[in-house]
Amino acid sequence: MDGIHDMGGMDGFGKVEVEQNEPPFHEKWEGRVMAMQRAMGYAGAWHIDHARYAQERLAPNIYLDASYYQKWALAMERNVVERGLAGADELEAGHALRPGKSLPRKFTPEMAANLTRGSYFRPAQAGARFKPGDRVRTKNIHPLTHTRLPRYARDKAGVIERCHGCHMFPDSVASNLGDNPQWLYTVVFDGRDLWGPDSDPALTVSIEAFEPYLDPV
Amino acid sequence: MSDHHHDHHNDNDHSELSETQLRVRALETVLTEKGYIDPKALDAIVEAYETKIGPRNGAAVVAKAWTDPAFKAALLEDATKAVATLGHISRVGDHLVAVENTPATHNMVVCTLCSCYPWEVLGLPPIWYKSAPYRSRAVKDPRGVLADFGVALPKATQIRVWDSTAETRFIVLPMRPAGTEGWSEAQLAELVTRDSMIGTGLPREPGSK
Repeated sequence: MDGIHDMGGMDGFGKVEVEQNEPPFHEKWEGRVMAMQRAMGYAGAWHIDHARYAQERLAPNIYLDASYYQKWALAMERNVVERGLAGADELEAGHALRPGKSLPRKFTPEMAANLTRGSYFRPAQAGARFKPGDRVRTKNIHPLTHTRLPRYARDKAGVIERCHGCHMFPDSVASNLGDNPQWLYTVVFDGRDLWGPDSDPALTVSIEAFEPYLDPV
Repeated sequence: MSDHHHDHHNDNDHSELSETQLRVRALETVLTEKGYIDPKALDAIVEAYETKIGPRNGAAVVAKAWTDPAFKAALLEDATKAVATLGHISRVGDHLVAVENTPATHNMVVCTLCSCYPWEVLGLPPIWYKSAPYRSRAVKDPRGVLADFGVALPKATQIRVWDSTAETRFIVLPMRPAGTEGWSEAQLAELVTRDSMIGTGLPREPGSK
Protein backbone atom coordinates (compact mmCIF):
# COMPACT_ATOMS: atom_id res chain seq x y z
CA MET A 1 0.00 0.00 0.00
CA ASP A 2 1.12 3.56 -0.68
CA GLY A 3 1.29 4.39 3.02
CA ILE A 4 3.16 6.79 5.26
CA HIS A 5 5.59 3.99 6.17
CA ASP A 6 7.09 4.14 2.66
CA MET A 7 9.37 7.06 3.47
CA GLY A 8 12.35 6.68 1.18
CA GLY A 9 13.07 10.01 -0.54
CA MET A 10 10.55 12.13 1.35
CA ASP A 11 11.69 15.61 2.39
CA GLY A 12 10.98 17.68 5.47
CA PHE A 13 11.62 15.32 8.38
CA GLY A 14 14.71 17.24 9.44
CA LYS A 15 18.05 16.21 10.88
CA VAL A 16 18.92 12.77 12.19
CA GLU A 17 19.06 13.17 15.97
CA VAL A 18 21.44 10.81 17.74
CA GLU A 19 21.04 9.97 21.42
CA GLN A 20 24.40 9.27 23.06
CA ASN A 21 24.64 6.08 25.15
CA GLU A 22 21.11 5.10 24.26
CA PRO A 23 19.77 2.23 26.41
CA PRO A 24 18.10 -0.82 24.75
CA PHE A 25 14.78 0.34 26.23
CA HIS A 26 13.72 3.71 27.61
CA GLU A 27 10.71 2.34 29.49
CA LYS A 28 10.08 -1.09 30.91
CA TRP A 29 6.94 -1.59 28.80
CA GLU A 30 9.02 -1.26 25.63
CA GLY A 31 10.93 -4.42 26.50
CA ARG A 32 7.64 -6.24 27.20
CA VAL A 33 6.31 -5.21 23.78
CA MET A 34 9.47 -6.34 21.97
CA ALA A 35 9.50 -9.66 23.83
CA MET A 36 5.78 -10.27 23.24
CA GLN A 37 6.30 -9.74 19.53
CA ARG A 38 9.16 -12.26 19.52
CA ALA A 39 7.19 -14.80 21.55
CA MET A 40 4.00 -14.45 19.49
CA GLY A 41 5.97 -14.72 16.27
CA TYR A 42 7.64 -17.89 17.50
CA ALA A 43 4.28 -19.27 18.61
CA GLY A 44 3.03 -18.98 15.04
CA ALA A 45 0.38 -16.39 15.89
CA TRP A 46 1.33 -14.32 12.86
CA HIS A 47 4.22 -13.71 10.51
CA ILE A 48 6.57 -10.72 10.58
CA ASP A 49 4.86 -9.36 7.46
CA HIS A 50 1.52 -9.35 9.27
CA ALA A 51 3.20 -7.24 11.96
CA ARG A 52 4.56 -4.85 9.33
CA TYR A 53 1.26 -4.65 7.46
CA ALA A 54 -0.64 -3.88 10.65
CA GLN A 55 1.71 -0.94 11.31
CA GLU A 56 1.36 0.29 7.73
CA ARG A 57 -2.41 0.44 8.20
CA LEU A 58 -2.19 2.77 11.19
CA ALA A 59 -3.55 6.21 10.28
CA PRO A 60 -0.66 8.39 9.00
CA ASN A 61 -0.90 10.87 11.87
CA ILE A 62 -0.74 8.04 14.40
CA TYR A 63 2.14 6.38 12.54
CA LEU A 64 4.14 9.61 12.73
CA ASP A 65 3.20 10.54 16.32
CA ALA A 66 3.54 7.19 18.03
CA SER A 67 6.90 6.05 19.34
CA TYR A 68 8.49 2.95 17.83
CA TYR A 69 7.26 0.47 20.42
CA GLN A 70 3.87 2.15 20.63
CA LYS A 71 3.48 1.30 16.93
CA TRP A 72 4.46 -2.27 17.69
CA ALA A 73 1.88 -2.45 20.48
CA LEU A 74 -0.89 -0.98 18.32
CA ALA A 75 -0.06 -3.40 15.52
CA MET A 76 -0.02 -6.31 17.95
CA GLU A 77 -3.44 -5.39 19.32
CA ARG A 78 -4.74 -5.28 15.78
CA ASN A 79 -3.26 -8.66 14.85
CA VAL A 80 -4.51 -10.27 18.05
CA VAL A 81 -8.05 -9.15 17.30
CA GLU A 82 -8.00 -9.64 13.51
CA ARG A 83 -6.61 -13.15 13.82
CA GLY A 84 -9.20 -14.11 16.42
CA LEU A 85 -6.64 -14.68 19.19
CA ALA A 86 -8.45 -12.39 21.63
CA GLY A 87 -11.41 -10.04 21.49
CA ALA A 88 -11.32 -6.27 21.68
CA ASP A 89 -13.54 -6.70 24.76
CA GLU A 90 -10.82 -8.77 26.43
CA LEU A 91 -8.10 -6.20 25.69
CA GLU A 92 -10.44 -3.55 27.09
CA ALA A 93 -11.12 -5.66 30.20
CA GLY A 94 -7.44 -6.49 30.68
CA HIS A 95 -8.30 -10.16 31.20
CA ALA A 96 -9.18 -13.19 29.11
CA LEU A 97 -12.94 -13.74 29.06
CA ARG A 98 -12.79 -16.90 26.92
CA PRO A 99 -10.29 -19.74 26.47
CA GLY A 100 -7.43 -19.24 24.02
CA LYS A 101 -6.93 -20.84 20.63
CA SER A 102 -4.30 -23.47 20.20
CA LEU A 103 -1.06 -22.18 18.66
CA PRO A 104 1.66 -24.38 17.12
CA ARG A 105 4.42 -23.59 19.63
CA LYS A 106 5.20 -21.70 22.82
CA PHE A 107 8.36 -19.75 23.60
CA THR A 108 9.97 -21.02 26.82
CA PRO A 109 12.44 -19.07 29.02
CA GLU A 110 15.32 -21.42 28.05
CA MET A 111 14.93 -20.48 24.38
CA ALA A 112 16.10 -16.93 25.09
CA ALA A 113 19.65 -18.30 25.30
CA ASN A 114 19.62 -18.73 21.55
CA LEU A 115 17.52 -16.05 19.89
CA THR A 116 18.03 -16.91 16.26
CA ARG A 117 15.78 -15.80 13.45
CA GLY A 118 14.05 -18.43 11.41
CA SER A 119 14.99 -19.08 7.81
CA TYR A 120 13.04 -17.43 5.02
CA PHE A 121 14.40 -19.75 2.34
CA ARG A 122 11.73 -21.82 0.60
CA PRO A 123 12.00 -24.42 -2.17
CA ALA A 124 11.95 -22.85 -5.63
CA GLN A 125 8.87 -23.42 -7.79
CA ALA A 126 10.82 -22.59 -10.97
CA GLY A 127 14.29 -21.57 -12.09
CA ALA A 128 15.56 -18.04 -11.46
CA ARG A 129 14.63 -15.71 -14.30
CA PHE A 130 17.58 -13.33 -13.78
CA LYS A 131 21.29 -13.57 -13.08
CA PRO A 132 23.84 -11.02 -11.84
CA GLY A 133 24.56 -8.44 -14.53
CA ASP A 134 21.08 -8.59 -16.08
CA ARG A 135 19.38 -5.26 -16.73
CA VAL A 136 15.85 -5.03 -15.33
CA ARG A 137 13.08 -2.52 -14.81
CA THR A 138 11.01 -2.52 -11.64
CA LYS A 139 7.28 -2.66 -12.14
CA ASN A 140 4.93 0.26 -11.70
CA ILE A 141 2.63 -1.33 -9.13
CA HIS A 142 0.46 0.22 -6.42
CA PRO A 143 -1.19 -2.65 -4.57
CA LEU A 144 -3.60 -1.70 -1.79
CA THR A 145 -2.02 -4.47 0.28
CA HIS A 146 1.47 -5.10 1.69
CA THR A 147 4.43 -4.91 -0.68
CA ARG A 148 8.18 -4.54 -0.18
CA LEU A 149 8.80 -2.62 -3.39
CA PRO A 150 9.24 0.97 -2.19
CA ARG A 151 7.64 3.79 -4.19
CA TYR A 152 10.92 5.53 -4.97
CA ALA A 153 12.17 2.39 -6.73
CA ARG A 154 9.13 1.64 -8.90
CA ASP A 155 9.35 1.86 -12.70
CA LYS A 156 13.14 2.35 -12.52
CA ALA A 157 15.96 0.80 -14.53
CA GLY A 158 18.49 -1.19 -12.51
CA VAL A 159 20.94 -4.05 -12.62
CA ILE A 160 20.80 -7.40 -10.86
CA GLU A 161 23.84 -7.60 -8.58
CA ARG A 162 23.21 -10.67 -6.41
CA CYS A 163 20.77 -13.53 -6.19
CA HIS A 164 19.87 -14.56 -2.63
CA GLY A 165 17.97 -17.75 -3.42
CA CYS A 166 14.26 -18.34 -3.16
CA HIS A 167 12.36 -16.79 -0.24
CA MET A 168 8.81 -16.63 1.04
CA PHE A 169 7.03 -13.70 -0.63
CA PRO A 170 5.88 -10.97 1.80
CA ASP A 171 3.18 -9.63 -0.54
CA SER A 172 1.46 -13.03 -0.43
CA VAL A 173 2.16 -13.83 3.21
CA ALA A 174 0.68 -10.57 4.52
CA SER A 175 -2.48 -11.17 2.49
CA ASN A 176 -2.82 -14.70 3.92
CA LEU A 177 -2.14 -16.25 0.51
CA GLY A 178 0.68 -18.52 1.69
CA ASP A 179 4.46 -18.50 1.23
CA ASN A 180 4.34 -18.33 -2.60
CA PRO A 181 8.18 -18.59 -2.78
CA GLN A 182 9.98 -16.18 -5.11
CA TRP A 183 13.59 -15.53 -6.12
CA LEU A 184 15.16 -12.61 -4.30
CA TYR A 185 17.76 -10.30 -5.85
CA THR A 186 19.81 -7.26 -4.96
CA VAL A 187 18.99 -4.69 -7.65
CA VAL A 188 21.20 -1.62 -7.84
CA PHE A 189 20.17 1.75 -9.26
CA ASP A 190 22.18 4.80 -10.26
CA GLY A 191 21.22 7.73 -8.04
CA ARG A 192 20.35 9.84 -11.09
CA ASP A 193 17.87 7.22 -12.29
CA LEU A 194 16.07 7.53 -8.96
CA TRP A 195 16.39 11.23 -8.17
CA GLY A 196 17.07 12.93 -11.48
CA PRO A 197 20.01 14.92 -12.85
CA ASP A 198 20.62 16.81 -9.59
CA SER A 199 21.37 13.59 -7.71
CA ASP A 200 24.82 13.01 -6.26
CA PRO A 201 26.63 11.43 -9.26
CA ALA A 202 28.58 9.17 -6.90
CA LEU A 203 25.42 7.60 -5.39
CA THR A 204 24.07 4.11 -6.01
CA VAL A 205 21.16 2.61 -4.11
CA SER A 206 20.07 -1.01 -3.95
CA ILE A 207 16.87 -2.69 -2.90
CA GLU A 208 16.17 -6.33 -2.22
CA ALA A 209 13.65 -7.18 -4.94
CA PHE A 210 11.51 -10.26 -5.36
CA GLU A 211 11.24 -11.57 -8.89
CA PRO A 212 7.57 -10.53 -9.39
CA TYR A 213 8.69 -6.90 -8.95
CA LEU A 214 10.96 -7.09 -12.00
CA ASP A 215 10.69 -7.04 -15.79
CA PRO A 216 13.59 -7.79 -18.15
CA VAL A 217 14.78 -4.98 -20.42
CA MET B 1 -9.54 -1.16 20.63
CA SER B 2 -9.22 1.63 18.11
CA ASP B 3 -6.20 3.59 17.00
CA HIS B 4 -7.56 6.97 18.02
CA HIS B 5 -7.13 5.77 21.57
CA HIS B 6 -3.36 5.88 21.31
CA ASP B 7 -1.30 8.34 23.25
CA HIS B 8 1.54 10.51 22.12
CA HIS B 9 5.14 9.90 23.00
CA ASN B 10 5.86 12.76 25.32
CA ASP B 11 8.36 12.43 28.10
CA ASN B 12 6.85 15.30 30.03
CA ASP B 13 3.38 13.85 30.19
CA HIS B 14 3.42 10.98 32.63
CA SER B 15 -0.34 10.46 32.67
CA GLU B 16 -0.24 9.62 28.95
CA LEU B 17 2.75 7.33 29.37
CA SER B 18 0.95 5.41 32.06
CA GLU B 19 -1.94 4.92 29.63
CA THR B 20 0.50 3.10 27.34
CA GLN B 21 1.79 1.08 30.27
CA LEU B 22 -1.76 0.05 31.14
CA ARG B 23 -2.53 -1.04 27.60
CA VAL B 24 0.67 -3.04 27.31
CA ARG B 25 -0.01 -4.69 30.66
CA ALA B 26 -3.55 -5.56 29.55
CA LEU B 27 -2.19 -7.10 26.34
CA GLU B 28 0.39 -9.17 28.22
CA THR B 29 -2.18 -10.34 30.77
CA VAL B 30 -4.66 -11.41 28.10
CA LEU B 31 -2.05 -13.23 26.00
CA THR B 32 -0.69 -14.95 29.12
CA GLU B 33 -4.13 -16.03 30.36
CA LYS B 34 -4.92 -17.34 26.89
CA GLY B 35 -1.83 -19.53 27.15
CA TYR B 36 0.04 -17.98 24.21
CA ILE B 37 3.01 -16.56 26.10
CA ASP B 38 4.95 -17.11 29.34
CA PRO B 39 5.89 -13.90 31.22
CA LYS B 40 9.13 -15.57 32.38
CA ALA B 41 10.06 -16.10 28.74
CA LEU B 42 9.50 -12.38 28.14
CA ASP B 43 11.82 -11.61 31.09
CA ALA B 44 14.49 -13.82 29.52
CA ILE B 45 14.13 -12.23 26.07
CA VAL B 46 14.41 -8.72 27.52
CA GLU B 47 17.45 -9.73 29.56
CA ALA B 48 19.17 -11.23 26.50
CA TYR B 49 18.82 -7.97 24.57
CA GLU B 50 19.88 -5.89 27.56
CA THR B 51 22.97 -7.91 28.40
CA LYS B 52 24.13 -10.28 25.65
CA ILE B 53 23.08 -9.26 22.18
CA GLY B 54 24.66 -6.03 21.07
CA PRO B 55 27.23 -4.40 18.78
CA ARG B 56 30.15 -6.08 20.59
CA ASN B 57 29.19 -9.20 18.64
CA GLY B 58 29.54 -7.38 15.35
CA ALA B 59 32.76 -5.68 16.46
CA ALA B 60 34.32 -9.10 17.10
CA VAL B 61 33.38 -10.17 13.57
CA VAL B 62 34.94 -7.04 12.07
CA ALA B 63 38.14 -7.32 14.14
CA LYS B 64 38.53 -10.94 13.05
CA ALA B 65 38.07 -9.95 9.40
CA TRP B 66 40.75 -7.26 9.82
CA THR B 67 43.31 -9.77 11.08
CA ASP B 68 42.43 -12.98 9.22
CA PRO B 69 42.30 -12.71 5.40
CA ALA B 70 40.75 -16.17 5.00
CA PHE B 71 37.96 -15.25 7.44
CA LYS B 72 37.42 -11.95 5.66
CA ALA B 73 37.06 -13.72 2.32
CA ALA B 74 34.63 -16.21 3.85
CA LEU B 75 32.66 -13.38 5.50
CA LEU B 76 32.21 -11.50 2.23
CA GLU B 77 31.31 -14.74 0.45
CA ASP B 78 28.70 -15.91 3.00
CA ALA B 79 28.45 -13.96 6.24
CA THR B 80 25.98 -16.37 7.82
CA LYS B 81 28.36 -19.30 7.43
CA ALA B 82 31.45 -17.33 8.41
CA VAL B 83 29.92 -15.93 11.60
CA ALA B 84 28.67 -19.42 12.53
CA THR B 85 32.32 -20.56 12.72
CA LEU B 86 32.90 -18.10 15.60
CA GLY B 87 31.57 -20.13 18.49
CA HIS B 88 31.32 -17.28 20.97
CA ILE B 89 28.87 -15.27 18.86
CA SER B 90 25.18 -16.08 18.96
CA ARG B 91 24.03 -17.90 15.87
CA VAL B 92 22.72 -15.73 13.08
CA GLY B 93 19.80 -16.39 10.78
CA ASP B 94 20.28 -17.53 7.23
CA HIS B 95 20.45 -14.18 5.55
CA LEU B 96 23.36 -12.09 6.83
CA VAL B 97 25.39 -10.21 4.20
CA ALA B 98 28.66 -8.34 4.89
CA VAL B 99 29.59 -5.46 2.59
CA GLU B 100 33.09 -4.02 2.49
CA ASN B 101 34.11 -0.39 2.60
CA THR B 102 37.11 0.48 0.42
CA PRO B 103 38.86 3.75 -0.43
CA ALA B 104 36.58 3.89 -3.51
CA THR B 105 33.22 2.88 -1.98
CA HIS B 106 31.44 3.61 1.29
CA ASN B 107 28.42 1.49 2.23
CA MET B 108 25.44 2.62 4.31
CA VAL B 109 22.48 0.51 5.44
CA VAL B 110 18.86 1.64 5.92
CA CYS B 111 15.36 0.22 6.00
CA THR B 112 13.09 2.80 4.38
CA LEU B 113 9.92 0.72 4.87
CA CYS B 114 10.27 -0.23 8.54
CA SER B 115 13.29 -0.96 10.74
CA CYS B 116 15.08 -4.09 9.44
CA TYR B 117 18.46 -4.36 11.16
CA PRO B 118 20.94 -7.17 11.87
CA TRP B 119 19.86 -7.76 15.49
CA GLU B 120 22.08 -10.78 16.02
CA VAL B 121 25.31 -8.90 15.37
CA LEU B 122 24.34 -5.33 16.33
CA GLY B 123 21.58 -5.74 18.92
CA LEU B 124 18.44 -3.62 18.86
CA PRO B 125 18.50 -0.67 16.46
CA PRO B 126 18.94 2.81 17.93
CA ILE B 127 15.99 5.20 17.72
CA TRP B 128 17.57 7.31 14.97
CA TYR B 129 17.81 4.26 12.70
CA LYS B 130 14.03 3.75 13.00
CA SER B 131 13.21 7.45 12.68
CA ALA B 132 11.60 9.26 9.75
CA PRO B 133 14.59 11.59 9.18
CA TYR B 134 16.99 8.67 8.64
CA ARG B 135 14.61 6.43 6.71
CA SER B 136 13.55 9.22 4.35
CA ARG B 137 16.94 10.79 3.62
CA ALA B 138 19.45 7.93 3.61
CA VAL B 139 18.56 6.81 0.08
CA LYS B 140 18.40 10.32 -1.39
CA ASP B 141 20.94 12.42 0.48
CA PRO B 142 23.34 10.06 2.25
CA ARG B 143 26.07 12.72 2.41
CA GLY B 144 23.67 15.01 4.23
CA VAL B 145 22.91 12.20 6.66
CA LEU B 146 26.62 11.55 7.15
CA ALA B 147 27.07 15.25 7.90
CA ASP B 148 24.50 14.88 10.72
CA PHE B 149 26.89 12.27 12.12
CA GLY B 150 29.91 14.52 11.64
CA VAL B 151 31.30 12.41 8.81
CA ALA B 152 32.54 13.97 5.56
CA LEU B 153 33.77 11.71 2.76
CA PRO B 154 35.69 12.81 -0.34
CA LYS B 155 33.36 13.82 -3.19
CA ALA B 156 34.79 11.12 -5.41
CA THR B 157 33.98 8.36 -2.92
CA GLN B 158 31.16 6.29 -4.31
CA ILE B 159 28.34 5.93 -1.78
CA ARG B 160 26.31 2.76 -1.90
CA VAL B 161 23.11 2.66 0.13
CA TRP B 162 21.55 -0.74 0.89
CA ASP B 163 17.80 -0.56 1.50
CA SER B 164 16.86 -3.64 3.56
CA THR B 165 13.56 -4.36 1.85
CA ALA B 166 13.57 -8.15 2.42
CA GLU B 167 14.88 -10.53 5.09
CA THR B 168 18.51 -10.14 4.05
CA ARG B 169 20.42 -8.21 6.73
CA PHE B 170 23.52 -6.15 6.15
CA ILE B 171 26.61 -5.42 8.22
CA VAL B 172 29.24 -3.01 6.93
CA LEU B 173 32.86 -4.11 7.14
CA PRO B 174 34.61 -0.76 7.69
CA MET B 175 38.21 -0.06 6.69
CA ARG B 176 40.84 -0.91 9.27
CA PRO B 177 42.33 2.31 10.67
CA ALA B 178 45.94 3.06 9.82
CA GLY B 179 48.46 2.76 12.62
CA THR B 180 47.03 -0.48 14.02
CA GLU B 181 49.65 -2.88 12.66
CA GLY B 182 50.25 -5.73 15.07
CA TRP B 183 47.14 -5.02 17.16
CA SER B 184 45.24 -7.96 18.61
CA GLU B 185 41.65 -8.72 17.68
CA ALA B 186 40.53 -7.58 21.12
CA GLN B 187 42.33 -4.23 20.74
CA LEU B 188 40.93 -3.74 17.24
CA ALA B 189 37.38 -4.58 18.35
CA GLU B 190 37.55 -1.57 20.68
CA LEU B 191 37.85 0.68 17.61
CA VAL B 192 34.74 -0.74 15.92
CA THR B 193 31.70 1.41 16.67
CA ARG B 194 28.11 0.39 16.06
CA ASP B 195 27.67 3.25 13.59
CA SER B 196 30.72 2.13 11.60
CA MET B 197 28.94 -1.19 11.00
CA ILE B 198 25.78 0.62 9.80
CA GLY B 199 27.80 2.97 7.63
CA THR B 200 26.88 6.23 9.37
CA GLY B 201 30.24 6.39 11.10
CA LEU B 202 33.87 5.37 10.80
CA PRO B 203 35.92 3.29 13.24
CA ARG B 204 37.74 5.13 16.03
CA GLU B 205 41.30 6.16 15.27
CA PRO B 206 44.01 4.61 17.43
CA GLY B 207 44.68 6.82 20.41
CA SER B 208 41.25 8.49 20.30
CA LYS B 209 38.49 7.58 22.70
